[in-house]
Amino acid sequence: MERRVVITGMGIYSCLGKDLEEVKQSLYDGKSGIIFDPARKEMGFRSALTSYLDIPDLKGQLSRNQRNYMPEQAKYAYVATCEALKNANIDADFLEKNEVGLLYGNDSSADPVVKSVDTMREKKDTTLVGSGAIFQSMNSTVTMNLGCIFKLKGINLTVSGACASGSHAIGLGSLLIKWGLQDIVVCGGAQEVNPFSIGSFDGISAFSTRESDPTKASRPFDRDRDGLVPGGGAATVIIESYESAVKRGAPILAEIIGYGFSSNGDHMSQPNVDGPSRSLSMAIREAGIDLRTIEYVNAHATSTPVGDKQEAKAIYNVFGDHRPFVASTKAMTGHEMWMAGSSEIIYSMLMMQNDFIAANINFENPDEDSAKLNIPAIRVDKKFDTFLSNSFGFGGTNSTLIVKKFVK
Amino acid sequence: MDKEQFIQELNELLAEEFEVEVSSIQPSKSIKMTLALDSLSLIDLVAVIENIYKVKISGQEISGIKVFSELYDIIYDRLEK
Repeated sequence: MERRVVITGMGIYSCLGKDLEEVKQSLYDGKSGIIFDPARKEMGFRSALTSYLDIPDLKGQLSRNQRNYMPEQAKYAYVATCEALKNANIDADFLEKNEVGLLYGNDSSADPVVKSVDTMREKKDTTLVGSGAIFQSMNSTVTMNLGCIFKLKGINLTVSGACASGSHAIGLGSLLIKWGLQDIVVCGGAQEVNPFSIGSFDGISAFSTRESDPTKASRPFDRDRDGLVPGGGAATVIIESYESAVKRGAPILAEIIGYGFSSNGDHMSQPNVDGPSRSLSMAIREAGIDLRTIEYVNAHATSTPVGDKQEAKAIYNVFGDHRPFVASTKAMTGHEMWMAGSSEIIYSMLMMQNDFIAANINFENPDEDSAKLNIPAIRVDKKFDTFLSNSFGFGGTNSTLIVKKFVK
Repeated sequence: MDKEQFIQELNELLAEEFEVEVSSIQPSKSIKMTLALDSLSLIDLVAVIENIYKVKISGQEISGIKVFSELYDIIYDRLEK
């Protein structure tokens, strides 16, 4: 029998805030987390725009050896996961005695790779890279670290699906619970923010160069958008079977009712319309709902000329005359890449819990495709019960999640 | 630098790096136990020593050094004086 999948905890560490409360306020106020980073200019970057967040100082919370295995994105993920577990009423004793899984999106760990290679080249002695380098450098670094720190005993796996990683992590976790293979899964996505991690993106001119006005640079769906702005941090969502949540007396925040996915089978970096359309349609079909009940679409839209255009077409293809509010929180956060699919579930959840739809800031003029959508340039104060969240990635991977307020 | 000075400086640097009380570092004490090192993180000691003193100790060699007095002797003997 298929089981219902509910969300019982959330935690976040992003450029919009260091916890749920701060992030909710930033979303409500339409506050941008984007800055100009002069150090990137010195490194030869075409664009020095980036989101800004401090790397958490975990001294006193984790031992020197534990911290030594953690690159920055694992530290963000640790902070987000502590908040999520606390909100889900899950403590260390529960984790010790129960089989809790872990699926986290991550698709790079550039900084420790660069530093250890620099050491090997300079010193000609591999011992000198230290014991942490290997565990920091592997793509599975976040799940390795969280699994050991929190002593998790269920599935332990990194999901690498480019900029859809965090969304696929939640979607795949929901399937494991739906099919009865796990009762609780810690899901999420993490993204490093250091310059080394995104230099190659800059090299292919993926970034906005509106450096004179950083907070206006990320402008999804706007006619004058000129590229994305890189962001990062981490977001954790605790998902659980309805039965498990009831048994624990856990807070049920919402229900995941649909997961859709597809591959474009097309171009490496240029998205098409067919792939995303199939992902949206599959999620709606799996949810078994009338699409007119979806009142908000958190778009993938990253502020690139082609990507936003193709997504606008896909959303219009699927929704037709039903015009839900469509907005991209990337206007405020930049593109949180491996993290985005998870963080945007949390952003949308915070909106649904607090009866508003955050503004698609910097949306001043539509283009011919975005003009067909209902994009709010200012915040909309509105109750809504169901939202859809899109995440698409390089290589043509697509993921769509549908989340609904919980009704017993 | 005389040996006493060197030992005091090294103890302070190790205490800071491995987050232990400097008073816990004593010549006859076990390095691994005192600095909370396992077989993996023991090699971090090699990197720390190389960075500070430019003294090379191999991974194999460090595994055979059990107490601080042995470590003091090896580094001090290899220091450029």
